Amino acid sequence: MANNSPVSDWKTDFDHTVADWAQNAPEIWAEFREECPVAHTDRFGGCWFPAIHEDISEIAHDTEHFTSRSVIVNDWGPMGEAPVGGAPPITSDPPFHQMARKILLPAFSPKAVAQLEPTTRETCRELISDLLETAAANGGRADAATGYAQHIPVRIIAKMLGLPESDGDTFRGFIHRIMETPGQAEIAEDDVLLDSYLETTVTNRRENPGGNDLISYLLDVEVDGEPLTDEHIGGTIALLIIAGIDTTWSAIGASLWHLAQNPDDLRRLRSEPDLMPFAVEEFLRFYAPVTMARSVSQDITIKNAEMKVDDWVLLPFPSANRDEEAFDAADEFLLDRKQNRHAAFGLGIHRCLGSNLARMELRIALEEWVNAIDRMELESSDPDSVRWSTGQVRGPRELPLIISGSMEPNP
Amino acid sequence: MKISYDRDLCQGHNRCYLLAPELFDVDDDGYAVLLVPGEVPADSEEKAKLAADNCPEYAITLIE
Repeated sequence: MANNSPVSDWKTDFDHTVADWAQNAPEIWAEFREECPVAHTDRFGGCWFPAIHEDISEIAHDTEHFTSRSVIVNDWGPMGEAPVGGAPPITSDPPFHQMARKILLPAFSPKAVAQLEPTTRETCRELISDLLETAAANGGRADAATGYAQHIPVRIIAKMLGLPESDGDTFRGFIHRIMETPGQAEIAEDDVLLDSYLETTVTNRRENPGGNDLISYLLDVEVDGEPLTDEHIGGTIALLIIAGIDTTWSAIGASLWHLAQNPDDLRRLRSEPDLMPFAVEEFLRFYAPVTMARSVSQDITIKNAEMKVDDWVLLPFPSANRDEEAFDAADEFLLDRKQNRHAAFGLGIHRCLGSNLARMELRIALEEWVNAIDRMELESSDPDSVRWSTGQVRGPRELPLIISGSMEPNP
Repeated sequence: MKISYDRDLCQGHNRCYLLAPELFDVDDDGYAVLLVPGEVPADSEEKAKLAADNCPEYAITLIE
């Protein structure tokens, strides 16, 4: 049963799905790294939180003691069936994982993703232009999360999947229910549910084959002469819709939140564009949005934690990225950090499939933003005016700013 | 300076390809391909160091 009682002590009773956690997460992780280093909660049927880089890396690379069959911690326990899980390949274990991942890799390679760059740039310019108009009409006020960051990945993944951009609200509904409040959100009567959306989408695409998009590809692709099962296809489409959106939107939003409070970094990015590749990785390190999860498949002890079969284990890559043992001056944001082995996209065989796409979207979103926006600051000094998402993906869901700037003509 | 690249450790983060495209390519699946198996040209040594220093999987090491 869900335990919704207030948290008594983060180290022994944490709940990553509540607002207090989301608003203060980096400080909570720092306390865990210093004092635990593996925290635990009885909530969710029992869940561990290894906070230091060494342990997170060990677990991420260990597919013997940990299974990926269920990767979103919830009150019902790990649900998917190994080795496939509900959303292959993220929920799959070896050796099935390798096949499920390999069929998707070419579409997300750096060279394939580069072809989406012009569309991404155009999308960002349109959104900034609209946002500047909004700001001009509202005393400079505009929300960079709801007016900019959240739209970029939605439009690009919709294009890759051959789905209408206008389904963006539907996608965000899935994300809210599945990621931010797993199992807790009330379902309204007119909410489109993921399963029925997938069924309709696959049926439509089967009736209109031959498209040059990823869903058409999944319906056509054969492995050892056999097509993929309907469950595999549906699960992978779900993964592509869900994993590619709030993650990147969070990274873009958190980067803008940083720039709103660090005008020197904004100026520097504009005057030294060669820094952008390093800056992008530092934003990813410092504001890594994604915490993954595993469940224990064979008992194992990690530091102070005696992990038992079916216990949940969170993999907080954002905490790994701020570990002083793994990074010099880990708690400082250094725009030009030259050595940066960050784990924002995970470690081991489940390294984020969409990392090149996410990185490209973040870079273009920032390049266009810093070129157009001269001045930006938080609308309010109250930290709670910026709402950070709960659950395993952390980023600003509301980011009210005061901005001014102008669009440069197209190059 | 020579580069040692361990394909078994590579998970396709592509950091090396972004930082040092003259030293690393990527295959169709996104895994790194070492372009310079022999001596690294002197003017690429800085790039080689960046590639090694940014590999999250420690798949790249430099042999001085």
